Order: sequence, then C-alpha cells, then structure tokens
Amino acid sequence: MSNKYEITIGIECHVQLKTKTKLFSEVDNDARGKEPNSCVSPVDYALPGMLPRLNGEAVKLAIRAGAAMNAKINPSSRFDRKHYFYPDSPKGYQITQFYHPIVGEGYIELPSGKKIRIEHAHLEGDAGKLTHFDTYSLVDLNRVDTPLLEIVSMPDMSSAEEARDYCKELWRNMTYAGVTYGDLYNGNMRFDVNISLKKPEDTKLGTRAEIKNLNSFRSVERAVLYEYERQSKILDKGEKVKQETRGWSDATGKTTSQRSKEEAQDYRYMPEPDLPPLNLAEDFIKAEYDKCPELPADYRRKFDGIIPADTLEVLLDYAELMLRLAEIHAAGQPVDYVANLFASVLLAEENQSLLNDKLPEANQLTELAEMKAKKELSSTAAKEVFIKLFEPKHASKSPRELAKELNLIQENDSATLEAIVDKVLENPATKKAQEDYKAGQEKVLGFLVGQVMKESHGKANPAAVSEILKNKLK
Amino acid sequence: MKLADKTTTAVSLVKASLKRIEETQDKNIFTFVDKERALKRAAEIDQKIQNGEDAGCLAGVPFALKANFLSTHRPADASAKILTEFLSPIDSTTAEKLEKAGAICMGCVNLDAFAHGSSTENSYFGPTKNAYDDERVAGGSSGGSAVAVALDCVQFATGSDTGGSIRQPASFNGVFGIKPTYGAISRYGVVAMASSLDVIGFFTKSAEDLDLLMSVTAGQDPKDQTTLPDFYGTDDVALKKKSIGYVKEFMESPALDSEIKTALESKLAELKKQGYKIVELSMPTLEYALAAYYIIQPAEVASNLSRYDGVRYGFRTENLKSEDKTPLDLLFENTRSEGFMRENKRRIMIGNFVLSSGFYDAYFLKAAKARTLIIQEFEKAFKEVDAILSPVSPNPAFRLGEKVSDPVAMYLEDVMSVPVNLAGVPAVAFPVGKSKTGLPLGLQLIGPRRSDKNLIKLSGELA
Repeated sequence: MSNKYEITIGIECHVQLKTKTKLFSEVDNDARGKEPNSCVSPVDYALPGMLPRLNGEAVKLAIRAGAAMNAKINPSSRFDRKHYFYPDSPKGYQITQFYHPIVGEGYIELPSGKKIRIEHAHLEGDAGKLTHFDTYSLVDLNRVDTPLLEIVSMPDMSSAEEARDYCKELWRNMTYAGVTYGDLYNGNMRFDVNISLKKPEDTKLGTRAEIKNLNSFRSVERAVLYEYERQSKILDKGEKVKQETRGWSDATGKTTSQRSKEEAQDYRYMPEPDLPPLNLAEDFIKAEYDKCPELPADYRRKFDGIIPADTLEVLLDYAELMLRLAEIHAAGQPVDYVANLFASVLLAEENQSLLNDKLPEANQLTELAEMKAKKELSSTAAKEVFIKLFEPKHASKSPRELAKELNLIQENDSATLEAIVDKVLENPATKKAQEDYKAGQEKVLGFLVGQVMKESHGKANPAAVSEILKNKLK
Repeated sequence: MKLADKTTTAVSLVKASLKRIEETQDKNIFTFVDKERALKRAAEIDQKIQNGEDAGCLAGVPFALKANFLSTHRPADASAKILTEFLSPIDSTTAEKLEKAGAICMGCVNLDAFAHGSSTENSYFGPTKNAYDDERVAGGSSGGSAVAVALDCVQFATGSDTGGSIRQPASFNGVFGIKPTYGAISRYGVVAMASSLDVIGFFTKSAEDLDLLMSVTAGQDPKDQTTLPDFYGTDDVALKKKSIGYVKEFMESPALDSEIKTALESKLAELKKQGYKIVELSMPTLEYALAAYYIIQPAEVASNLSRYDGVRYGFRTENLKSEDKTPLDLLFENTRSEGFMRENKRRIMIGNFVLSSGFYDAYFLKAAKARTLIIQEFEKAFKEVDAILSPVSPNPAFRLGEKVSDPVAMYLEDVMSVPVNLAGVPAVAFPVGKSKTGLPLGLQLIGPRRSDKNLIKLSGELA
C-alpha cells in the first residue's frame, strides 16, 4: 500500500448466536447435518396468522456480547421490519432492530492497544439459503431466523492489518463470551467491510464501497488491500469511486460490483407490531453482563512481563487455554512454563488434534511445571508426560505418578550419578575417549555423557552428569 | 346461548343450524360448511352428556368462524384468491379454545378478502347480503359472521376488528359485537391484517353471550407476545363514576344519519333518567383518526401481505414467460397481481408509499404521533366518564355497489370506529332498534382498557 491516500475502514459483523432454538420460534437452531427444510416452524415458514415469539436466550447472549465489547445495554429496545422480496425471506421482511438496538456504544481493544469504537449492535433473524442450478433454484429455510447479532463499528480502522486485527479480536471476544460457536468456515461470523480513500489533506471521507460477506480474517485483509489498489487507481485518474456493494472472491483475489447505490433497495422499515418493546430490568442486564468472562485485553494486562507477548498472542486464539492459565495464575503458581508447553507442544501442527480432547487440570499442569523446575523431568520427558495426560487412560493421574509409570523421573542424586559415571569410566571402551578429552578434545564429552545416559536408562540428569564428568577428568 | 343438555341434543342443535344455513344460502354467508365434522362432534358431545361427563360451558353450541381464522379442518382462505389452495397445519388459539369448551364449528363465513373493506363486497366469493335487505350490504369486513348470527344460522360467530370490522356489521344486522381491549384475546392463527390494530372478537344475540365467550377465550397466550396478562373476569376496570360521555364532534357531524342521532339521544336520555351524569366531550384529535388509520393500517397491511409470494403455499401464477423479466420477478409480480383483490392492491400501494424512504417521517411517523395524541385524548376522557356512547357508523347499511367504486366514501364508513382501534380500547356494539325503512340501527359503548366485562354488562342494560 502506498501512502498517497488515507484509507478509512468500518466493519459490520454478523454473529450467529448459539441459542438452542431460533430467534422467533421453538425449533432447533442447530441445523448442521440436517435435511434441508427440516428445522422450520410454521412461524419461520411464514404461514398466515403466525406471530414471532422472541427467544429470551438470544436476548441474554446479546447482553453478554455487549459486555464483551464494553458496551452499554439499552434498557429499552424495539424490533423493526426490513422489507424485501426474495425466496430466502419467507415473511417478505427481516425482523431486525433498525431504530432502537439492544446494544449501544462500546469498543474493541486491539492487540496494539488501539480501541475501535462500536457504534451499536442489534438482534435480527438470519435469512434462508438458496442453491442455484441452471434452470431452477432450491430453497432451504433451515437458517431462517437463526439469531444474529449485527455489530457495527465506527470507521476507526486505517489499514488492512487493523481491519484484520479487529475482526480477529472481535471473533476472540465473542468466543470468549461464549455467545457463538465462532466457526468461520460455516459462516458463524461474517464480515461486511466498508472502505473509502481520501487524500491526507482532505477533511471529508471519500466515497465508500462495501465488500460483503467475508468469512475469514485473511480475506478481510486481502480485500482491503485489493480495494486500496482499485480505488486509488480510480482516484489517480481523477475519477470518482462509485458507492456500491461489492463481492469478494478468494479464488481471484478480486472484488466485483454487485449493486450500486442507485439500485439499492428501499427496505421500507417499520416498527414490528407483533413484538412488544423489549424492556429489560437493570438487575437482569447486570446478571447477564456479569457472565462475560475475562477478555483477551484483560489477559494481556494480566500476563504482561510473565508470558512473552508473541507467545501470548498465539495462545489468545484459544479461550480454553487462557482460562487454564488464569486458573494457575490465580492459585499463585507460575504460568510461564505451562504457556510455553501450550505454545510449543499443543499448538505444534502434529499435536493440534489434542485441542479437541480434555485439557489437563490446573493442578496437574502446576505439578508438571514444578517437576520440570526441580529437574525431576528433562524437558523432553516433561513434554512426553504432558502429551500423555491427554490420553483418557492417563487423564486422571498426577504427572508424578505418570512419570514414574513411564520411568521418566530424572536421576539428580549426585552419589548415584557418580557411581554410574565411575562405572562408565571404568569401562575399557571409554578409555580412548577419556584420553582424547584430556588432550583437549572437549566435544568428546558428549559421547561420554551419552554413555552415562545409556547406563542410567535415560534417567540421569545430563547437565549434572556433564559436571561430574568434567570434574573427574580434570 | 342454547346449550346441549339431556333434553336438547347437540345433534339437534347442529341440524337446526344446518337447516338455517341451507335456507339462507342466497345471502352468501358461508364459504364452507363443515357438515360431517359438525355432526360427528355433536354426537360425541351428546355421548359425553349421556355419560354424565362435563361437555364444556359451550356444549353443542353451533358457531361460525370468520374465514381468516386458521383451522386444520377447513379452508382458511380469508376469502382471498391467493389463499384458496392453502390448508393450514395449525388451529387458531381462539378456535381451539372454543372447541375445547364444547362449541361446534359449522364452517367458515365470508369476509372482505384479508378483511379489507367495510361491506364484504371485496370478497373473492362475492358479497354477503344484509340480513334484512337483499339490496344492501352486510357491512364488513366480518359481514358473513354478522349475518350468520342475525339469521340464526349459528348462535355466535368469531370476527376480527381492525377498524370497525366487528362493530359495523354488527350494527348493520342488529346483533351484538365486541371489539375487546387490544391484546385481550390471542391473534395466533388469525390471518393478520394490521397487527397493531387487529383484535379478535365475537357476534352474538345477547350481552350475556359475549361475556361467556370472552371468559372462554380471553387470556395471555405464549404464542402471541402482544397478549395482556389475564384480566377478563378478575381484574377488569370498573365503571364506577356513573357518568357517560358522548363525542360532540360525532354528534354534530353532518354525515350522521338523523335516525342514528335520535337513537343516540334517546339512549342518553334513558341513562340520565337512570341517574347517570351525561357529559359532552370535545375530542378534536379524533378528526385525524381516519387519516392516521389509513396510513398505519395500509403500512402494516402491505408488510403483512409480503409473505404471499407464491413460493411456499397458496395460489401461484402460471404466467412465468416474459422477454424482459426474470422468472423469479414474474413469480412474485404475477402471483400477487392475479391473487390479490383490487382493494388489497390499493392498500399495498398506499402502505409501501408511506413507508418508503423519504416519506416515512412525513406519513408513518406523523400518523404514529397522531395515534399517541388520540390515545391521550381517550385517557383524558376516561378520567371524566366511565364510557362513551357513540354511533358505530354514521349511517345504516348502504346499498350494494353504492360505495365499492369510491374508496374514500368507503373509508369514511370507518370514521367513528377507527379511533377505538388506534387507542386499543374496548367497545361493544349493540342493537337499538330499526330505522323507519326496517334497517337495524346500532350504537357502541367505548370504555377504558380492560373495562371489557363492565362494558358488556352496560351494553346489555342499554340494548
């Protein structure tokens, strides 16, 4: 990106809330792996005479999500109808909160510390899904009125990285708060990115284009970079950017025009007369608000100087790991080694499947860290014990018990070690090496340490052995 | 209400009803008669009575459903072409409660398609004729319900009232009709007209019957979140001031028929004799009620009718070929063009206009503000009086075809009934005799929210 233009970015994000039932009916909200049109009630199907019934669970999750973006909850909000004709919308309108949203102003704090302001967030129902074929289209209404929280940011981002960071941080905060499954691949969170360019000296923002329906952080970043190039070329030529909606293709790496402002629909918003105003008592709001756990920004402050920042950033993608670290930290135990185990072992590609298993308990991890610190375990042995703790048959064992069982406890007793060293030095097969070492070939020491380790069946502390050898061969 | 008992069987009540339905066929009241099921249910109820079991407080009472009430047993087409092929998988809460109480549904009765109208002339099945004059309208939109009760086809009928659709046909046909407090009865399973104005109510021949039906059907319904917490019969607003008002602006309206005016004056005199204080109320904002109503109502109508697109159920066009339009656009356009009646389309057009970007503030929002003022004006009035006695409609039943081509004249029919819907307050229409030419005359008593029961009682005393 050149510096010729300043870029301004605002993002709207649709978060699917993980309620049991739909936003306005009592049918299953989880249609994964189910037959098309099997999770549809007469209300979702928009039969005549059907009335929406607001799902209280969705309201609670919206409040918790509000807490996860440091936002005010409006004690009184309302629903409105947004009209459009399309087979994915059985009612001919979407029930949303256009005039009075449930979540007011808030902010999301990026890893850099910059705060991106949230304008508001509102509850609404999702649309169905169409699959198009040559001469016909199929309609699946399973997704109709899955609860969505649409989170609207202020145009506070000014680079592709910031846009990506914001989306990622929003995703983290929403998954920490437990309001969504957060499965991006399946569209649990979808981003609409508004991008405009202006010259640094201009005070007014440029005309924006909206890139719809991005579903990965990477595509958000790429789309912004692409739009910067596209819009700056237009501006370079002295032409005007068109206000329009554009789509993104991961395959081509390009955005393409979908609908211009002139073609934009008139949604004819109207207050939803079938739902009374949503009036929330102060203690109800507080109870839900308080259910929001610690967020990435809280962990950054908590572990500042304790866990290296780059390690922490990697771990922050996993709310469960952070909860465990916080638990250990709260018990007054050190977290640095456990954090390191998480980052280097658990998140290593070959071990990532372990993330689906039950994470070892805080006391197990603390004991493991202690054993490592006291050199009862070599770092290789500690990692082995750590991995074994994920196996169901070992999961309930203490690390010490398990290390003993696996014969991994390191020998640190100097008398014992000396006896083994002596035995190795007495072996004629090591005579040559001893002489070479004494003659100044220091690297031979490694061979001798290896012999001792072999003699100890791998249990000797190699550092201690090395010291003993050095003394004996002086 | 004549219930089935040891001496009068439900089967005989149903047979009498079927006979009257047969005799009154020329009036075009019923759009579907559920003969077999009615007789079967009657036999079941008779069996219960024979066995000494509780057959319900409406045991064996034949009734008719306005055809915008959904039912799994009979068509629920709202007398609209676009719903002719629709069969409902669910029952309306009200129909369910009535049948549970032992009432027997005889079938569905005619209405203006989607309840759009004041004469039942906008029905896909043609107009229903007035109970007393074949040349005149039944009123509407619940015309079929009113005539069915007036001519004893059934002992009661359900209705829906968005701007007068129960009260006006009740007064045109000389029967009782209640428009309850908004939210008193569940709207679940009734084809919506304008959701913030729609209420479910009944037609009967006596005030006592209205009371009985209210006690069976009123109450909070989890399927309709706009229903009020239960109040009917336990927590009703009492009418204790011994004071009745009348609206000066209505009384002085040049449109008011002289015989209705005389009837109103004589009832006021009667009340005065009974010791009531009679208060003249000036309610100037009611002048704006009709205008506000014909903005809010079409807006909600346009929105509620959006679901009829030919995709999922009901009528679907076969005309899908065109050179310049996509089949999808044609599916929407032609299904709706062919499936809706003229009046439906008129309201869709008005509704979409007042909601469109740039006009919302000037029309819908203004109308919503006027509505608030009207609510306040009623609240103020009810600080002074227990109830307001008012005409339902400025005139008795008009001639078939007289107003149907002049929508504004037709809309003016509603001028004295719509303020009640905008305010959400209850009103009971009751008969007050006949005109010199033999047409029924009716008045309405309007009370504060949740005064339904006491209003019914008072109307019974006045009728």
